[in-house]
Amino acid sequence: MAQRETAQTAGQANASQAKVQFGYRRHPDQDYGAPVEHPVVVVGAGPVGLSLAIDLAQRGQKVVLLDDADRIGDGSRAICFSKRALEYWDRLGVGDRMVEKGAVWSVGRIFHGASELYQFNLLPEPGHKRPAFINLQQFHAEAYLVDRVNELPAISLRWRNKVTALESRNDGVVLTVETPDGSYRLSGQYVVACDGARSSLRRMVGAEFAGQVFEDQFLIADVKMTAAFPTERWFWFDPPFHAGRSALLHKQPDDVWRIDLQLSRYADPGVEKQPENVRPRIARMLGHDEFEFEWISLYKFQCRRMERFIHGRVIFAGDSAHQVSPFGARGANSGLEDAENLAWKLDRVLRGQSPESLIESYHVERSAAADENIRESTRATDFMAPNSHQEARLRKAVLSLAKETEFGKRMVNGGRLSVPSVYDTPLSSADSDTWRSGPCPGSSMPDAPLATSHGEATFLTDAFNVQGKRFTLLSFANGGAAEVPDDVGVVSIGATAGLADPQGLARQRYDAEPGTSYLLRPDGYIAARFRHPTRDMIAAALARAAGHD
Amino acid sequence: MALSTSSNFAKPDDAFRAVVEAHRGLSETESADLDAALVLILANHIGDIGVLREAIALAKRRMIETGQQQQQQQQ
Repeated sequence: MAQRETAQTAGQANASQAKVQFGYRRHPDQDYGAPVEHPVVVVGAGPVGLSLAIDLAQRGQKVVLLDDADRIGDGSRAICFSKRALEYWDRLGVGDRMVEKGAVWSVGRIFHGASELYQFNLLPEPGHKRPAFINLQQFHAEAYLVDRVNELPAISLRWRNKVTALESRNDGVVLTVETPDGSYRLSGQYVVACDGARSSLRRMVGAEFAGQVFEDQFLIADVKMTAAFPTERWFWFDPPFHAGRSALLHKQPDDVWRIDLQLSRYADPGVEKQPENVRPRIARMLGHDEFEFEWISLYKFQCRRMERFIHGRVIFAGDSAHQVSPFGARGANSGLEDAENLAWKLDRVLRGQSPESLIESYHVERSAAADENIRESTRATDFMAPNSHQEARLRKAVLSLAKETEFGKRMVNGGRLSVPSVYDTPLSSADSDTWRSGPCPGSSMPDAPLATSHGEATFLTDAFNVQGKRFTLLSFANGGAAEVPDDVGVVSIGATAGLADPQGLARQRYDAEPGTSYLLRPDGYIAARFRHPTRDMIAAALARAAGHD
Repeated sequence: MALSTSSNFAKPDDAFRAVVEAHRGLSETESADLDAALVLILANHIGDIGVLREAIALAKRRMIETGQQQQQQQQ
């Protein structure tokens, strides 16, 4: 999520909160004098580092994953995980656990004062495997990811391994790592820094960064209570219980509710986060006092990114590379999009299947996505906390117009929620045919309901996963089988032996005619699309998407 | 579409008068509130971000020129 400037657990943070403790274990690498060499070292076992390690391991890479702590479970961090993140976690084998535990939602409501201005549905159409969002405490997500890591012998997860020094070389990076047994060194052909907003690796490569700091402070409280609020995102401007400021309410599993209250920029964090001062505010909001605190903290937000996500052989992903305000669920979700973008590229480069320059496309694609996320979250935060009298006046005009006009409702910005970016990327092949709709190259693949040849219900995202999350041709049947280059998977829809599209939604969402084909990248993004592909056309698009152009 | 700066009203005086009269009797703050709402309503009606940006640029250019003239007069 965002950088925690002044976060501290409240005195009465609940001890029953799920926490997972991991033991430090000495690794044989620590007994060698010379640094043991590894293909990839991932630093930071948060959602991004864990997901990246799993993805790389599933692709056959050996991964060392270092974390300076030995536990997860402290307090309240990310809670909203997007459809795109869930589809990624499906590929990593953890999607079902996340969704079973998570609070599924797609509807948001915006209130002004005591009355509702409007509501929105982030996934109004049926036929998608995953919902628009789930809310799930980050510690649950991390615990499930750690369980998955433990099923993969290719990952060496080392707790209480703190990186204290970094030495860049042309063909790799040597890290000095401090453990309870003293220091040791190890080297990686690539090091991926997933070590969060206050990344120490970012400092070690000399790439500190500046950006916009929002002066207004926000109080975040997770409270436990039984309540009849629906599983929706509720956002208030100027509510009766918190006059003149904004408030946000989200449901989490285990009867925990996330409450986010805007405070003044002059609020004293030491005073405001005291439970006896928070309690009356929350009680006014809920209309009762029957709750316990799980977590209280005060935040200030920053919107900023590194100029370059790649520093030699050190690659930055997640909060270490970019930070946003939390209004829009663009922190953890964009970090997970970083991981899915990077894993397949790193794997191909390590195997010698693609030139090293393929990794540069990670920076191109994901820094543009970070700019988009920063832009969206800055706009939302500015709308909540206007910077001048005139900005406040314009906001007042929007809120008053929203009561009676549709355009006013659409201008009210209580956070625009995370959707996958569309990449303007050299890996895409430009359209040469005519398309009425469907995902253009650089977009993520939309899901659709399908049926197997045995008549069982499945989804397009599942069919893609069955193909091994590699380059895959999505082919709408035209009689003959599609001819594809070696090592390209095929998802065939409408052929005798292929999948059926009983509701026609795949055809509709992909603007498909007989013969229509989409080349999908290993991260499920569209590389190219064709009305009538030939083997040569597919091979050319494949070469481009694999970084050979 | 480009910003139209030719005269579009059959009776431009009526348009000017309508805006002037809308502000009659309002305080500075109320006038500013009215303008803010009016700008947003009209911007949405135009519905073209390029035209809106051109209009903003034209309005700002006038302000800059006015500011420069005032400076020159003071000199």
